[in-house]
Amino acid sequence: MKIAIVDYGAGNLPSVERALRGLGAETERAVEPAQLDAATAIVLPGVGHFAAFVAGLRDRNLAEPLRAAYQAGVPILGICLGLQAMFASSEEAPGDKGLGFFPEQVRALPTNVKSPHIGWNQIRRTKASVLLRGIPEDAYFYFAHSFAAPASAEPTVAACDHGFPFSAVLEQGNLRGVQFHPEKSGQTGAQVLRNFLESIQ
Amino acid sequence: MTLARRIIPCLDVDAGRVVKGIEFEGLRDMGDPAELGARYNREGADELVVLDISASVQGRATFLETIRRVAQQLNIPLTAGGGIRKMEDGRAVLRAGADKVTVNTAAVERPELISELSQQFGAQAVVLSLDVKRSGDSWEAYTRGGRDATGLDAALWAAEAVSRGAGEILVTSIDRDGTCSGFDCDLTAKIASTVPVPVIASGGASTFEDFLAVFTAGRADAALAASIFHQETRSIAALKNFLSASGVPIRMNP
Repeated sequence: MKIAIVDYGAGNLPSVERALRGLGAETERAVEPAQLDAATAIVLPGVGHFAAFVAGLRDRNLAEPLRAAYQAGVPILGICLGLQAMFASSEEAPGDKGLGFFPEQVRALPTNVKSPHIGWNQIRRTKASVLLRGIPEDAYFYFAHSFAAPASAEPTVAACDHGFPFSAVLEQGNLRGVQFHPEKSGQTGAQVLRNFLESIQ
Repeated sequence: MTLARRIIPCLDVDAGRVVKGIEFEGLRDMGDPAELGARYNREGADELVVLDISASVQGRATFLETIRRVAQQLNIPLTAGGGIRKMEDGRAVLRAGADKVTVNTAAVERPELISELSQQFGAQAVVLSLDVKRSGDSWEAYTRGGRDATGLDAALWAAEAVSRGAGEILVTSIDRDGTCSGFDCDLTAKIASTVPVPVIASGGASTFEDFLAVFTAGRADAALAASIFHQETRSIAALKNFLSASGVPIRMNP
């Protein structure tokens, strides 16, 4: 079992890599299409700008292999910007197209709340979740973002409120996404990653 | 569902060791940064800050190595800074394993540094470190570790930094720092009411009540302290229990 961590030139890849390896996973940094074709599962980490993400995938010819992996049923976990990239577009970069696995547009947090949404927040479960198995209802997760996908998006299984209800965890078929950073969310975050690893075995 | 207030231990680092400045004595060794970082991670810290207080050119490699060693111990966010002069300094700190970088003196001298870092790494990765002294009814920003007055009003400078892309403000009261007389809650409330981003209060923490005050009257989103945690006079767990029992939203389970 080999997990490809998509390296698109930005992102907090080393933290995600360390967290997964700490749980016993075999990982490699994917910078070219062949590495995605050979992966058992794919992690899309993410910190930075939506436009930089889109450009990073395009420059490395990784967007099409990601879509092919999705079609082939390969498990994909998007983290933070990696979750947002699964949507059609984002207000952060209106001219750029996301991966388009889901039709909604990622929106900016409104101005009546502090933005970026930085810190530890709780989430509200709306559907059964694989990633949240064994995690207490009142657990905290570490968020650091200025944009978010609306909780009304169909794959949402847990929502968080900050300005508007947004998708904190999504699961649909082979796609998984978390708006928080599991690699920075203490033991709770480690459990999310452990659940992901168990779900792909 | 509430965004928790954060408790953030700070490691002041010089030549690879955690130090504490003692008046008239110089620096006292407080331990190994990776060991202290691991301890705070275990004890329920919400985040860790590591500051290079020497900020000398020859010490940069040592500081980056310190960040790498500390980051390996953590599964919570890490903020690092001190002596960040240009974009490449920020990139090096983030590549070494920090999630956020703080800027202070260089950003006052050249505010575009904030815009550049924010465009490259995102607002959530850029923290303005604001060292402040009270002057009458307002507050003035200082640079170079609190030595140089800038003539800038602290609240106005914070607002400009946010408009340039800073995602958080770490505000330190120079008047209170090291005095154990409590946070300057008027200062943090002023900054928090001025900028639309989270505010981290620093300087003067001593008692549990100081933290309660800065989260209520001081309107801070996070509170930072160094020596009271290093010396184990106050445990993070006991502080969090106190704050939670006092009605402050706090993350209790690690």
